[in-house]
Amino acid sequence: MALVLKQPSVLPGFGLTLGFALFYFSLIVLIPLSGLFVKTTTLTWEQFWHTVSEPRALASYQLTFGASFLGALINGFFGSVVAWVLVRYRFPGRSIVDALVDLPFALPTAVAGITLTAIYSSNGWIGRYLEPLGLKVAFTPLGVLVALTFIGLPFVVRTVQPVLQDLDMEVEEAATTLGANRWQTFRAVIVPELWPALLTGMAMAFARSVGEYGSVIFIAGNMPLKSEITPLLIMTKLEQYDYAGATALGVVMLVVSFVLALMINLIQWWSSRRHTAR
Amino acid sequence: MSIQVDHVTKRFGTFTVLNDVSLHAQAGELIALLGPSGCGKTTLLRILAGLERPDQGRILLHGIEVTDQRITDRRVGFVFQHYALFRHMTVTENVAFGLSVLPQAQRPSPDKIQKKVDELLSLVQMRAMADRYPNQLSGGQRQRVALARALAVEPKLLLLDEPFGALDAKVRKELRRWLRRLHDELHITSILVTHDQEEALEAADRIVVLNQGHIEQTGTPEEVYENPATPFVYQFLGDVNVFHGRISQDRPSHDEASGQPPPEADASGEHEVTFVRPHDLELSLSRTTPTQLEAAVRFVITAGSRVRIELISKDSPQIISVELTKERYRDLKLQQGDVVFVHPKQLQVFKMPGPSSV
Amino acid sequence: MSTEIAARVKNEEWKASLTSERALVRWALIIAALGYLTLFLFIPLAAVFTEALKNGLESYFASFQDPDALAAIRLTVLAASLAVPLNLTFGVAAAWAIAKFEFVGKQILITLIDIPLAVSPVISGLIYVLLFGAQGWVGPWLAEHDIKIIFALPGIVLATTFVTVPFIARELIPLMQSQGREEEEAALTLGASGWQAFTRVTLPNIKWSLLYGVILSNARAMGEFGAVSVVSGHIRGLTNTLPLHVEILYNEYNAVGAFAVASLLTLLAIVTLIAKTMIERKTASSRSAHDPAWSTQPGSPS
Repeated sequence: MALVLKQPSVLPGFGLTLGFALFYFSLIVLIPLSGLFVKTTTLTWEQFWHTVSEPRALASYQLTFGASFLGALINGFFGSVVAWVLVRYRFPGRSIVDALVDLPFALPTAVAGITLTAIYSSNGWIGRYLEPLGLKVAFTPLGVLVALTFIGLPFVVRTVQPVLQDLDMEVEEAATTLGANRWQTFRAVIVPELWPALLTGMAMAFARSVGEYGSVIFIAGNMPLKSEITPLLIMTKLEQYDYAGATALGVVMLVVSFVLALMINLIQWWSSRRHTAR
Repeated sequence: MSIQVDHVTKRFGTFTVLNDVSLHAQAGELIALLGPSGCGKTTLLRILAGLERPDQGRILLHGIEVTDQRITDRRVGFVFQHYALFRHMTVTENVAFGLSVLPQAQRPSPDKIQKKVDELLSLVQMRAMADRYPNQLSGGQRQRVALARALAVEPKLLLLDEPFGALDAKVRKELRRWLRRLHDELHITSILVTHDQEEALEAADRIVVLNQGHIEQTGTPEEVYENPATPFVYQFLGDVNVFHGRISQDRPSHDEASGQPPPEADASGEHEVTFVRPHDLELSLSRTTPTQLEAAVRFVITAGSRVRIELISKDSPQIISVELTKERYRDLKLQQGDVVFVHPKQLQVFKMPGPSSV
Repeated sequence: MSTEIAARVKNEEWKASLTSERALVRWALIIAALGYLTLFLFIPLAAVFTEALKNGLESYFASFQDPDALAAIRLTVLAASLAVPLNLTFGVAAAWAIAKFEFVGKQILITLIDIPLAVSPVISGLIYVLLFGAQGWVGPWLAEHDIKIIFALPGIVLATTFVTVPFIARELIPLMQSQGREEEEAALTLGASGWQAFTRVTLPNIKWSLLYGVILSNARAMGEFGAVSVVSGHIRGLTNTLPLHVEILYNEYNAVGAFAVASLLTLLAIVTLIAKTMIERKTASSRSAHDPAWSTQPGSPS
């Protein structure tokens, strides 16, 4: 592709900057990543299929995708509530809360992992109250859900928040002058505006959760077939020097990630186009 | 529906936006609230709509107090400056919105709603665009849709907040004439907020001039333009020459423009200021009365239906603008630098408080 | 005075009835939001420090005297100090090309830059093992020449660089795109060289976003766990970064030690968040100072 300008420009440095950026990005990202696909071709189809469809792998997909999906749903709901509260209401400590929402983004995953484990284990701050209720969180699939919910928390808040902020108050006033009550205004005027952002945020949270490793492995218990996520299974295969197996699973994960990224782009494209469609 | 605004005061924090404003509108009138930005006109409109609540005073619609009545019970139509259309709804859906949120018992059937929408879209000449989204319309078209949407709930009162403020000059002109015709057809009591004097003069039955939270003058366009009650109204409606002191046809002038020091403030601490419209100034090539001001032609703009001449007073740096008919201009054969004598045909003198500076 | 306050309270309620919710709904929502955040944010944040200080300050600070901990700190700082400048150069170059020029494939490039964020950290490490590992493509050649990449510093730097490639570019691209190229063009017409236009015009315009990009990628570089875990080999005192050290201590049931090191990383995260908030405020206020449209809101006096 590349060094083809669509319009001439008087600004200098195009060839240099784009050339360096492409060179660097290819070296660090594109070439190593394509190596993964090339490596897969050294596997026979049977080998590949066997690795990615063995029961342990299937169980790990179920847990990884299931917990990620549930986490995205939880964050979809509560993330919207948090965004709403942060944008629309004033209460003491609001700006601190607003800043802290990004914590899961900035906090190293290993720290999140051991902390959530400590809190939700049977003698932890929250775990000790859940255990008598028959709810074991740490070292169970539920723990995976907790970790993935934590990891995905900022995404919905941060995609919905700016949309809410930019919503024109006049539009809501217009709905009110036309006789709509608050609930009607919310449903007919506000929700349609938020939908694309909410969907994008949930898809981003889901995509991030599917690949998550650090925060999950401490709290999951990592029991094969029960509480083992796919990234951990790849790790295990690597530690057993089963590079072929790790590669096969890696390709599956990578393809899923790409599909998700494509979906997110499609949602954004759709939301930017939908109001102008005939 | 008649409107009565009774001693309304509104503050935002320590800033008084409206200070004891009273106003009355008859049923079927189209009233323009005219004033510069920050004068409180939009706030007054929002109070009438029920979007704001006055700190003091009352609002009566059709003789009934509605100060504390909820917006949904007032049955007012509100048109916003930036249209506030629902951008995820088509034109049809936008117009139908007010009907579709009515309680089940009062809500017309979908057929009836569609029929009503079609009628309204014909009224605002937007039927061809019924299935478009707001983003696909021009500004003028959007505002017509917004108007149709406001009319759909059959309001007894129509409030327009700078409805044409975001449009370009040509469209504004078209739309305000169209609005006037529409009003003559529908006779809904309407209040139009604008900062554009031309718009107010052309569209309204009566004009209310607001400045810094109080009413400067109320009257028909003619009254307000021809007999401004205050210096503010004089300056806000049309171009005007301001002379500190008094100039007249019959008395010697003692104003800045004639080179004499401005008069000392009299006992009441007031001084006089004379206002003359550019077209009320007459020029002659030789002095005919001793009170005429002597001035030199600085430049002449001949484009347009009338000729605008800018003069510089001989004795002071004051600029005087004059408007002449083309015929009169041709008779005078004026050139840049020519000396002329200025003579007001009509003028108005106001007493202003404080030292003589405007 | 009190009537005025009463009037204001009444006014608030009035406004709330139009474009806000009833007090009951409002409070329910605030409580739901704060409850959720308490469960997932505030309690974990408090827990890090509580657990770290469980046995008092002395054993807290003792955790950092361990030579392995010090080695981990050194390695982490070293890796970040290599990865961040590399990505800074890339981010600025990519943003310049993308924001200031129109070229074929631009949209594709913007999408590609996000790839490292979409990829699981385990895969980010895996690809380097496949390339440079003992069984990898260049592995045998590297072994012959006694060059160690995997299970050594270069591997750690590579994995760290990979996961933090997008951050600076992502901060700069939207900002520079919105700024357009008029100011740089103006600088050129006034006789500035390209480099002068960049340092005197572009850089001052993007400095805050650039700074935040650096701070964020530094935090992510120092905190990266999964990718580094794959390529490090976990050799104590040699190839252990701080997050890996946390894991080792935790698995050895040295909870206080693990949380002490974790608290260090948490402080780094908090500093990052503070920087973000401050920079956001800074850019927001300069934006509203330049453009009055930002300060007008519906409902303000006309």
